[in-house]
Amino acid sequence: MKVYLDNNATTMCDPLVVKAMEPFYSEVYGNPNSLHKYGTAPHPAITKAIDQVYTAINAADADDVIFTSCATESNNWVLQSVWVDHILNGDKNHIVTTEVEHPSILSTCKFLEDQGVKVTYLPVNDQGVVEAHTVKSFITDKTALVSIMWASNETGMINPIEEIGQICKEKGVLFHSDAVQAVGKIPVDLQSVHVDFISFSAHKFHGPKGVGALYIRNSQALSPMLHGGEHMGGRRSGTLNVPFIVGMGEAMELATKNIQATMSKIRAKRDRLEDSLVELHDTFVVGDRQNRTPNTILISIKGVEGEGMLWDLNNGQIGASTGSACASADLEANTVMLAIGADNELAHTGIRLSLSRFTTDEEIEYTINHFKEAVARLRMISSSFAKQAPTKGGEVQECELHHH
Amino acid sequence: MAKADVLGESLWDAYSNKVTTLMNNPQHQGEIFDAEAEERGNKLIVADFGAESCGDAVRLYWEIDPKNDKIVNSKFKSFGCGTAIASSDVMTELCIGKTVQEAVKITNIDVELALRDDPETPAVPPQKMHCSVMAYDVIKKAAGLYMGVDAESFEEEIIVCECARVSLGTLQEVIKLNDLKTVEEITDYTKAGGFCKSCIKPGGHEAREWYLVDILADTRKEMDTEKMKAAADAMAAGGGNFEEMTLVQQIKAVDAVIDESVRQFLVMDGGDVEIIDIKKNERTIDIYIRYLGACGSCESSSTGTLYAIESTLQEKLSDKIKVLPI
Repeated sequence: MKVYLDNNATTMCDPLVVKAMEPFYSEVYGNPNSLHKYGTAPHPAITKAIDQVYTAINAADADDVIFTSCATESNNWVLQSVWVDHILNGDKNHIVTTEVEHPSILSTCKFLEDQGVKVTYLPVNDQGVVEAHTVKSFITDKTALVSIMWASNETGMINPIEEIGQICKEKGVLFHSDAVQAVGKIPVDLQSVHVDFISFSAHKFHGPKGVGALYIRNSQALSPMLHGGEHMGGRRSGTLNVPFIVGMGEAMELATKNIQATMSKIRAKRDRLEDSLVELHDTFVVGDRQNRTPNTILISIKGVEGEGMLWDLNNGQIGASTGSACASADLEANTVMLAIGADNELAHTGIRLSLSRFTTDEEIEYTINHFKEAVARLRMISSSFAKQAPTKGGEVQECELHHH
Repeated sequence: MAKADVLGESLWDAYSNKVTTLMNNPQHQGEIFDAEAEERGNKLIVADFGAESCGDAVRLYWEIDPKNDKIVNSKFKSFGCGTAIASSDVMTELCIGKTVQEAVKITNIDVELALRDDPETPAVPPQKMHCSVMAYDVIKKAAGLYMGVDAESFEEEIIVCECARVSLGTLQEVIKLNDLKTVEEITDYTKAGGFCKSCIKPGGHEAREWYLVDILADTRKEMDTEKMKAAADAMAAGGGNFEEMTLVQQIKAVDAVIDESVRQFLVMDGGDVEIIDIKKNERTIDIYIRYLGACGSCESSSTGTLYAIESTLQEKLSDKIKVLPI
């Protein structure tokens, strides 16, 4: 059996979505901006996709949803254009974000810091959640933008977006949320929450890779990042990616219609998996389930290094993920784990399992068995559970350096 | 970046078959207990290196025959990734049958070589070289415990890059000999900094005592000083002609003389001097200088100090020199 439990990284493109996209490669291929019939032929499908997207997030007709290449582009666009519009050409100088954002936010913020912008990186609590009162206390009259993720890719924990939106509205500060892990997983209703911008991406909810969007409340001003022709009202140039836009619309509809029912099905499987895994001694899961995306588990297993665990899961045909030291190319500890105040050990023993609506009960049972076997094998090898004590003088107290 | 890096290598695909096999089925994983070793008339040494909080940890067991210091049996326990477990396994194998004195000569390079499928292809990708370093560290620690000496006494030189085992002395020599100007050049010449990258600059996987960026800066500074001294010495020996030099050479020579004979006294009093310009006239060579810090307000800067600078430069470079403070 093969089990894919890395759906926070990317998802399988739903075959229904692929089917919806298919005509727009070799049959209906006109450039929608052309005047001839080839150009107008895809218009009904694009209009439908736009309707599907607006409906899925309950965007108002006065709002803009601009298709981009991915959420990384959407995130870059908001941060860089707010910088140009309100800092370079305005009287603001400050951006508020969190320590646990996606690299497309954090790296862009570092870049802006190099350009002289002041950036505040807010801490999160032991649940991995940023608290609204913390956000409030760091907003100044020089703050141009608050950018806080809707839900965490690593932990699945959901931030108090409604409260933060209210604070930003009262303070008159722009509010952006990277909603990549929220859209399609949990209800996102932009009429009940005040956000100026949200970013999202199709491949996180069974759409194609290479297409995302930026929501802009009330069509408000934001300088374009990609200049060119007059596509999408001149807000984001580049020939419309018709098949991907059609696919994104279809994927959003499939993910969000009956979302409560879909969520509870996924949650039941996730809870079954989580309950079984925490039966293992010396394990714990980050964050309260009630405030977590229903598909995500971030579990720490004492004595089992993350990459070693991924290796054994992979041998069992299970795809999972870790941000632990050995697995990432830059060999650093998982910054999200460190930010939630977990000790250094957790940063090296975290395993993330993320389900989808395609995950089956059989897959969950298979994973539970294989996971427990892997933990048993690796704990047998692990020095953390060795019985014979080191020779006097041979102990290690803390993380020591390879020094001479 | 280049074509090969557009996608980038898959970490696990770069492992040798030996690494994969030993991770899946380590041969020497396990423990030896005090009582067992004692029963056989042997001495047990157990040493830890690393910790869970570092991301990897290893515990090495040596059962040693005290009559000949031979390691008759060895086991390990490891908290780590596949490379760490495979490295520990091979390290343990390399120790068995050796005396403690022989075993202490095993380095992480030996461990990595033993993990290769063929002698030409590295067993692990560069960023994983680091995992084999612990094997070397824990061996030294175990040997130190057995011999009753400090583990550090086995290290004869300061190792800056542990992955490639490049010493401080080698780095300084290579920088000087090849006139290296960047860390990338150092990596090309010595492989130092080409693996886990911790030794390049602070903020890497682990904190280090020595960093390539500092070694490069210090060595370059040393080289500059040496060059200036050489220029000044050449002048002083009468080997060159100050008046025929280019402006840049003149400034360097003047600065070298000031650096050698005058600057230390100015700095001691909280001041300094900088050369602004050199103008060649018919009968004189005017050197314009500016006093910095405390010298600017010091009375003797227009009398005694000025005279000292001028006479030193006249003596060492040219008697046509006149020094003019501005």
